[in-house]
Amino acid sequence: MDIHEYQAKEILAGFGVPVPRGGLAYSPEQAGYRARELGGDAWVVKAQIHSGGRGEAGGVKLCRSEEEVRDYAASLFGKSLVTKQTGAAGKDVYRVWVEGASDIRQELYLGFVLDRKTERIMIVASGHGGMEIEDLAEEDPESLRRMVIDPAVGLAEYQARELAFQLGLSGGQIAQMVGILRACYRAYRDLDAMMVEINPLVITGTGELVALDAKMSFDTNALYRRPDVAALRDPSQEDARESVAADNGLAYVGLDGDIGCIINGAGLAMATMDMIKLAGGEPANFLDIGGGASPERVCTAFRTVLSDPNVSVVLVNIFAGINRCDWIAEGVIKAYRELGLSLPVVVRLAGTNVEAGRKLLNASGLPIVAADTLAEAADAAVAARPDTPKAA
Amino acid sequence: MAIVIDETTKVVVQGMSGRIGQFHAGEMIETGTNVVAGVTPGKGGSKVLGRPVFDTVREAVAETGAEASLIFVPPPFAADAMMEAADAGIKTAVSVTDGIPAQDMMRVKRFLRRYPKERKMRLIGPNCAGVISPGKGFMGIMPPHIYMPGRVGIVGRSGTLGYEAASQMKALGIGVSTSVGIGGDPINGSSFRDILEMFEADAETDAVMMIGEIGGPQEAEAAGFVRDHMTKPVVAYVAGLSAPKGRQMGHAGAIISAFGESAQEKVELLSAVGITVAPNPSAMGETMAKVLEARKAA
Repeated sequence: MDIHEYQAKEILAGFGVPVPRGGLAYSPEQAGYRARELGGDAWVVKAQIHSGGRGEAGGVKLCRSEEEVRDYAASLFGKSLVTKQTGAAGKDVYRVWVEGASDIRQELYLGFVLDRKTERIMIVASGHGGMEIEDLAEEDPESLRRMVIDPAVGLAEYQARELAFQLGLSGGQIAQMVGILRACYRAYRDLDAMMVEINPLVITGTGELVALDAKMSFDTNALYRRPDVAALRDPSQEDARESVAADNGLAYVGLDGDIGCIINGAGLAMATMDMIKLAGGEPANFLDIGGGASPERVCTAFRTVLSDPNVSVVLVNIFAGINRCDWIAEGVIKAYRELGLSLPVVVRLAGTNVEAGRKLLNASGLPIVAADTLAEAADAAVAARPDTPKAA
Repeated sequence: MAIVIDETTKVVVQGMSGRIGQFHAGEMIETGTNVVAGVTPGKGGSKVLGRPVFDTVREAVAETGAEASLIFVPPPFAADAMMEAADAGIKTAVSVTDGIPAQDMMRVKRFLRRYPKERKMRLIGPNCAGVISPGKGFMGIMPPHIYMPGRVGIVGRSGTLGYEAASQMKALGIGVSTSVGIGGDPINGSSFRDILEMFEADAETDAVMMIGEIGGPQEAEAAGFVRDHMTKPVVAYVAGLSAPKGRQMGHAGAIISAFGESAQEKVELLSAVGITVAPNPSAMGETMAKVLEARKAA
């Protein structure tokens, strides 16, 4: 789960990371008021959306007067900001952050991630910040420093110090950096984060280290024990279909094709999408219906898939272990009746109670295309698309 | 003797008193698995499915000699149950639970390292379908009837895609020695490499079907092991050729977030070390058949 920059800064500040003074605004007037409240003669106004690359997309601006702050904020509110991470639809701006401008002498990069190779929290840092980590890894890989943290001990002070020296810091900056690193580690550990990124971490004209931008994302599996973090969820930044699906126990990811998919198991779902592509079609979505799916959940899955207007055929592929084919069949029949389906549906059932499931589908008299294997199912779905030329 | 489990393995089920635990323990017993006890804190002294239930894993091990544990415990308590099993002297634990916090697994993996090698518990999962040695026994949630006993090992992240491979092979008359689901989480107990090593040493396994997917470094690590240590043929399939970068495809671990984590890159890594990669997911069985045929001819 992602949160906004201002929320991440607030959290990290609570753990002892220095951040610029700033204020949140929900309207242009409020943005102007925030500027006046902060004082000074230059402010940075930043659109708050769940995405990186906001600067390049026109979502960040240095303003020299209160009017400029207000006018720029007015141009952001209600606008959909398209960055290289958001996709073409972009993300809507409902909040802006106004902070005092900082005097920047150098930009550093600092990230904490879960390293799957060592299965531990790893720090990635560079004396060369300000650009996305992917670009940094490509353009200046030599500058990247990595350090792995033992979960039983935590981040030792000597490790933090070593890293600070490696980044070329000196004097009082060493102690500041050690403090920032340990604060970020504690925030990561104590709040079940999956990622903490400060980019850039700047050295100001007076030699102080300040987190100019901050990003955090959290382990959704741990939200049950982090209610304060869970409360930061912002549905306006999520794909509406994906959030509704998640609330119903379905893992759904929207894609660009027209063959709607309802499958059990993430691996089989990906494999079925691969198969559709090889058969000459394009999947409209990834959807894992999960284990022990009731007829109601199958029906909800249909509703979710069909909320995408591009869908022209639905492929149901279930290899039941913990699931039951008869329940799936009941769900398909229920979806036909309740949603008044008119588009073609291909169903492939295998595993637990498969005979009972097939019998139910046959007896229903509905125009369901039955398939026995994964390959047959994909071929049948592609053939059932309205724009597929019929074989002579 | 297959790997991980056979008909002699004494199995305890943690969480057997629960609805799901009871259902699957019942299936396991029906197909001949040697389930000796259940563990549910607070239910010690009762009986489920004719088996004694204990309050702690330590008591269950002391009373029954249990050596393997299947853990059916909800996410908030799963990591603790794994550590309890490890400390009680269980040799192999299988965790089916989906949704365990990543940092809990980080701590479990660190905890397991406190034991010397000969006493260290092997953990399989979490978020997996389990382990089955067809005709001998199983620990997990898979439908046992789709597996035919035989001499090919299966190891995969995805449960249902493992079923798919087993049923494609069965249709071609190819049976399974043991099928192991290693799970779809970013941090898991056993890696592809760990299971490949066991299959390589198993006298009853002639070849291995390995089913990977996008995300994580474990397929690359497996490729290195196959190149340096495997004498048995390996057939692989990697799911997610059509998955976009940066989007999580269901499994917490199925996300392309670094170089070398896409399906295409993994296919190239695996092919480069001599693994035969099935061109598509419905060709897993026939690709294995061809490889076995070629081996017989050689």
